[in-house]
Amino acid sequence: MAWHFDREAGQGLKLISPTLLYVLVMLAAPLLMVITFSFWTQDYLTIDTTPTFANYREAWTTPLYQVLMWRSLKISVIVTGVTVVLAFPIAYYLSFHVKKRKALWLFLITVPFWTSYLLRVFLWKVILGYNGVFNTAFLELGLIQEPLTFILYNLNAVVITLAHAWAPFAILPIFVALEKIDRSLLEAATDLGDSPMRRFFRITLPLAMPGIVAATLIVLIPTVGDFITPRLVGGTDGLMISNMIQIQFGKANNAPLGAALAVSSMVVIGLISAGIFLVGKKLGGRVR
Amino acid sequence: MTRKDDMNDSIKPMIEIRDVIKKFGTFTALHGITADIREGEFFSLLGPSGCGKTTLLRAIAGFEPPTSGTVAIAGKDMAGIPANRRPTNMVFQSYAIFPHLNVEENVGYGLKTRKMPKAEIAREVAEVLSLVDMKNYGKRKAHELSGGQRQRVALARALVMRPKVILLDEPLSALDKKLRDQMQMELRSLQRSIGITFILVTHDQEEALIMSDRIAVMFDGQIEQLDTPEGLYRHPVNKRVASFIGVMNFLPARVTALSDTHLTLGIAALGEAQVPRDRLGKDVNPDKIDTIGVRPEMLTVLFDQDERSQNKVKGEVVDTEYYGDMTYYEVRLPGHDKPLTISMRNTAGRSVVAPGSTVSVGWGIESIVVFGE
Repeated sequence: MAWHFDREAGQGLKLISPTLLYVLVMLAAPLLMVITFSFWTQDYLTIDTTPTFANYREAWTTPLYQVLMWRSLKISVIVTGVTVVLAFPIAYYLSFHVKKRKALWLFLITVPFWTSYLLRVFLWKVILGYNGVFNTAFLELGLIQEPLTFILYNLNAVVITLAHAWAPFAILPIFVALEKIDRSLLEAATDLGDSPMRRFFRITLPLAMPGIVAATLIVLIPTVGDFITPRLVGGTDGLMISNMIQIQFGKANNAPLGAALAVSSMVVIGLISAGIFLVGKKLGGRVR
Repeated sequence: MTRKDDMNDSIKPMIEIRDVIKKFGTFTALHGITADIREGEFFSLLGPSGCGKTTLLRAIAGFEPPTSGTVAIAGKDMAGIPANRRPTNMVFQSYAIFPHLNVEENVGYGLKTRKMPKAEIAREVAEVLSLVDMKNYGKRKAHELSGGQRQRVALARALVMRPKVILLDEPLSALDKKLRDQMQMELRSLQRSIGITFILVTHDQEEALIMSDRIAVMFDGQIEQLDTPEGLYRHPVNKRVASFIGVMNFLPARVTALSDTHLTLGIAALGEAQVPRDRLGKDVNPDKIDTIGVRPEMLTVLFDQDERSQNKVKGEVVDTEYYGDMTYYEVRLPGHDKPLTISMRNTAGRSVVAPGSTVSVGWGIESIVVFGE
C-alpha cells in the first residue's frame, strides 16, 4: 500500500515538475530577488548590501507613497465593485436565460481579447477624449453643451478602462458558480413560498458567492498593480503605486526602494484578499 | 375507464383535473387529462419514463402551467396562481436540500417566508423533525446527511408548511432497496396518521401498489386506467396496463361461440374455456377479443398427478428461479412457444422441480383476464 502510494505520489510529482520548475525559475526566484533587494540600499551607483529596514520606513511614512497606495487601493476597489456589479447580470443572463448556444455566447465574451490590451487602452482614449467619440456624439445630440473633461486623464478614465478590460475575468467565475446551482433548489424555494426576488437573495446569491469572491479577487489583485492604464489615461490624478515602483526601478535608479514599495503593496493586497476570502466564505457558506 | 370510482363518491375531491393538455413546442406531453383526487388519499401517478406523470405533477404544483384545461385545488381554480402561492408542497426527486443551510434552516425556510415569529418556527421545526425521526440532526448540513436522511428532511420541509397536498416526485428512487422498502412503509403510515393528500409520481409499480389508495396508470400523456391497486392488478383494462403491473402471461385467444350469458374462448395451449359475459371489461368488445392474460400465481404446477384442478395441461419445465419463499417456473406448453411464468409457494414437502421435467399445469377460469385489441 505504502509502495503504491509512493509510486502515485512520485508520478504526480513528475507530472507537475515542468510547471514546478517554470514557476520556481520565473516566479519564486524574481520574488526572492525583489524581497532581498528591499533590504538593501542604493548608494548612488552601487548597492549597499547591509540589511536594513530603511526602505520600508520610507515606503510607509512618505506622504507621497501613502497617497499613491491609497489611491491604488481606491481605484482597484471601485474598479472591482463596478466590474463585479456589471458582470453579475451578464453571467446571470448567460446561465439562466440563454438556452441554446451557450458556448457561442461565452466565446463572444472573449472578443475583446482579440486585440492587444494596449490597443484597447488607446481606443478608450479615442472614445473618452476631448474631441473623442463620446463627447462628439453627445454634443451633436445636444445632450451636453461643451465637451466633458472629467472622463479622461483622471481617476474616472482609469476606472472605466480597467472595468472594461477585466469584465470577462469577472463574468466567467460568476457564470460557473451560477451554472453549478441545482435548478431544483430554486424550484424548492418557490415551492416554499418565495417570490422570485426573495429567492434570489436567499438562494441564488449565497450560492453564487464563491464565484463572486473569485471574481472580486481576480479583478482586485491585478488592478492594484496596474501601471499601463493609469499611465495612458490617468493623467497626474490617476497615477498609481505601480507607476511609482516603475519610476524607482527606472528613472529614479533606486531599485531597493522600488522593491520595498512592491513588497509593501503585495503584503497589503495579500491581507485584503485573505479578508475578502474569509468574509465570502462566511457569507456564502460551503457549497457542495 | 374506471371500475370502482363510484365507491367513495361522498368524499369531495381535493384536486379536480379537467382536460389538461400540456405542449412543449410541437411535443404534446399531456393529451387531455381528467381526474379527481380525493381529500386525504394516497394517490399515485404510475407510468414509464416519458409518460407525462412528472409533467402532470408539475402542472399541479404550478411549475408547468397547462396549455389548456384546468387544475382546481380545494375547489379553487389554480389558473394564474404561481407555484409559490399554491397550497401544495413538493418533495423533489433530488430532495433539493439547500446546501448553504442546516437541517433546521431548511425545514424552517418556508415558515420564514410566511414571516412566522422565530420562536414559533423553532417549535414547529422541532415538532416536524421528531415526526420524521430527525430531531438530533438539526444542525447538520446537507452534505453531512445520508440519502435517507435527506429524504426525511425534504419531507419535513414540505410537512411543516401544512399544505393541502404534498407532491412527491419519485422520492424513493435514489435509495437502496432495503431503505426504500422501509421508507415506503414509513411514508404510508405517516400519510395515514396526518391525513394530508399525497400524490406520488413513480415508475415502480410495486411501490405504487404498496403505498397507494388509488393509482392512475399513464402512458403517452394519457391516463390509461385509474383504479385501486387491487382493481389494477386483477382487472387491468388492456394489455399495456396488464404487462406494466406485475407479471402477466399472455396467450392468443379467440371467441369460438357466443351465448347471451357466456362466451367460449379458444385459448392457445390451454384449450377451450367458457367465460361469463359479465367478466369482460366494459371496454372489451367480444368481436375484438384476441388475447387472454393469466397471472403467475393463478397457475399451479401440479406436483402430484392426483392433485385436483379445474383444468389441466401438460408442459415442460424450461427454467426455474428460486427465491426462497417462492419458486418461479418457466413452463412451455405444447402449441405456444413462449414459456409461461408460474409462481409457486415453497410449502413444506414440496421440492423444486428440475428443468426438463414434464409437469401438469392447473388453471381455473376465474383467473383469466380477457383483452381486446
